[in-house]
Amino acid sequence: MQIDVEHVARLARLGLSDEEKKLFGEQLAAILTYADNLKKLNTDGVPPTTHAIPLKNVYRADKAAPSPDLPAIMAGAPDKADRMFRVPRIIE
Amino acid sequence: MANMKHETVIGLEVHAQLLTESKMFCSCPNKFGAPPNTNICPVCTGQPGSLPVTNKKAVELAIKTALALNCRIEPSSVFARKHYFYPDLPKDYQISQYEQPLATGGWLEIEIDGQVKKIGITRVHLEEDAGKLVHVGAARIMGAEESLVDFNRTGTPLMEIVSEPDLRSPREAAAYTETLANLLRYLGVCDAKMEEGSLRCDANLSLRPAGETKFGTKTEVKNMNSFRAIEKALAAEEKRHAEVLAEGGQVVQETRFFDDVTETTSGMRGKEFAHDYRYFPEPDLVPLEPPAKWTEEIKNGIGELPRTVIARYMKEYELSREWADFLVYHELTGCLEGALKIYKTKPFNYARWLIVELPSFIAELNKEAAEKSNINKAKSELPHPWVIEDAAEKAAEDNYKKNIEVSGKSLPKLNLTPAKLAEIEKLIDGGTLSYKIAKTVLFAAIKTGKELAAIIAQQGLTQISDEGELLKVAREVVKNNPRQAEQYKGGKEAVMMFFVGQMMKATKGRANPELAAKMLKQALS
Repeated sequence: MQIDVEHVARLARLGLSDEEKKLFGEQLAAILTYADNLKKLNTDGVPPTTHAIPLKNVYRADKAAPSPDLPAIMAGAPDKADRMFRVPRIIE
Repeated sequence: MANMKHETVIGLEVHAQLLTESKMFCSCPNKFGAPPNTNICPVCTGQPGSLPVTNKKAVELAIKTALALNCRIEPSSVFARKHYFYPDLPKDYQISQYEQPLATGGWLEIEIDGQVKKIGITRVHLEEDAGKLVHVGAARIMGAEESLVDFNRTGTPLMEIVSEPDLRSPREAAAYTETLANLLRYLGVCDAKMEEGSLRCDANLSLRPAGETKFGTKTEVKNMNSFRAIEKALAAEEKRHAEVLAEGGQVVQETRFFDDVTETTSGMRGKEFAHDYRYFPEPDLVPLEPPAKWTEEIKNGIGELPRTVIARYMKEYELSREWADFLVYHELTGCLEGALKIYKTKPFNYARWLIVELPSFIAELNKEAAEKSNINKAKSELPHPWVIEDAAEKAAEDNYKKNIEVSGKSLPKLNLTPAKLAEIEKLIDGGTLSYKIAKTVLFAAIKTGKELAAIIAQQGLTQISDEGELLKVAREVVKNNPRQAEQYKGGKEAVMMFFVGQMMKATKGRANPELAAKMLKQALS
């Protein structure tokens, strides 16, 4: 099982050292090899499992309520300007 | 390749914000124009441990739309996470639907040059909107030093409607979007204002040699903020493709932005990454399996669709196409039908109130309100300027309230009910009011909210139909205009119009016109 660790890391915006790439590469390969066991089974006619619990149609009524803890959310921002979250230049 | 005839192929993706009270997966208000970052919560900002719960109304509105677009509602649909990094997306994924959308396989009929064309609808699905970015140091994202994020819009219920590549010209694309926008407004699911972003449109365009069945290389065009812009942007892109192909070149598959000022499209500068969204089923949300009974209820709630109503109004009610369109797309059909149920008269009479008189009432009220508040209202026009009180269309009212908030203007709510409209026509038919006086009465009723009878009594506006009283006025009028009386007696019958006018003047418009003429003839003989 060969994994393009660099590609996966870039998609997740993770910077990995060479040792980490090797370590995570092995771990990911082990996980996927284990999942590959499924290929040994005949799954024809088995619908894809999107959820582990047999629940459906869970809704809330369309009622608005004020935000419970605005200050806490704003406090979590690394950088802000007035009431806005400030982010660095998007396109270099 | 030079001089080869090409066929243009266009498919559209339309995103419509749904008219719900709260957001798609949390209880934050779904409201435009609030101060930045006030309608946000742990769920829509993606705080660890928070859990989304689906808004039932949003599902209902999407099903309603899908049914109106002749789609099949899928027995089971699931939400999926679409991953990408962008500052307006706090969770780093958007909850959307991917492999199993809410509805598939419908169509929308558009009309172009009097020809009806069926445009296929691939799918209708539900997702959530992203936040809003303000770029600092430049008008656009290019060259901005930094950006500010407002998450109020994050999590707004969004419905995506994807068309088949059935459109063959920029004009058809614009007509499709406009027809769809009208339908969404009519259904009360979206206010469909492209300029404000409650309806957004992306287009895929490609060219292929005439007669070819395979598609050419497509480009995606974004940033079209009006129906006109769609036509212009796609015309520009069509031309660009044709030029590339005429030179023997190859179109590069890419996303291009339309510039409203230069009326051209341009590719994004910088390196473009191939999209890799890594979709997977959203584990925090369970499948949607709308019971047939619910779908049926929603279907029954739709009633007649615009095209059917317009055709019926033209045939049965003998209204012009323009009037039928106006009534349907300004949500006035409920009022018209309601009035007809209460008092049967020519539908034209009711339509005239709604189409001809109401806008002038509104203009007058706008003017008075503007003078009162002393606010400079250079543009006093409102997108949905009237509300029909207790008409069936609750959505229209919500729309109205939304618009008021958007424009920051306060306008008196119009107290016009189908019952009032029916009553005013009854009073005209019964001879109590002339049309002209009826106008004054209805306007006063709308303005003050008082009953018609109260206004008529208070201002002494009833039509004078008492022959004795009118004869007295007629004799007076004849006495005061001896020259015209001679002319009439000398055979010049047209002078009668002058005398009727004088009668109206003397009675402040209250004389019954037919009786006035009759009494004048008596006075002149």
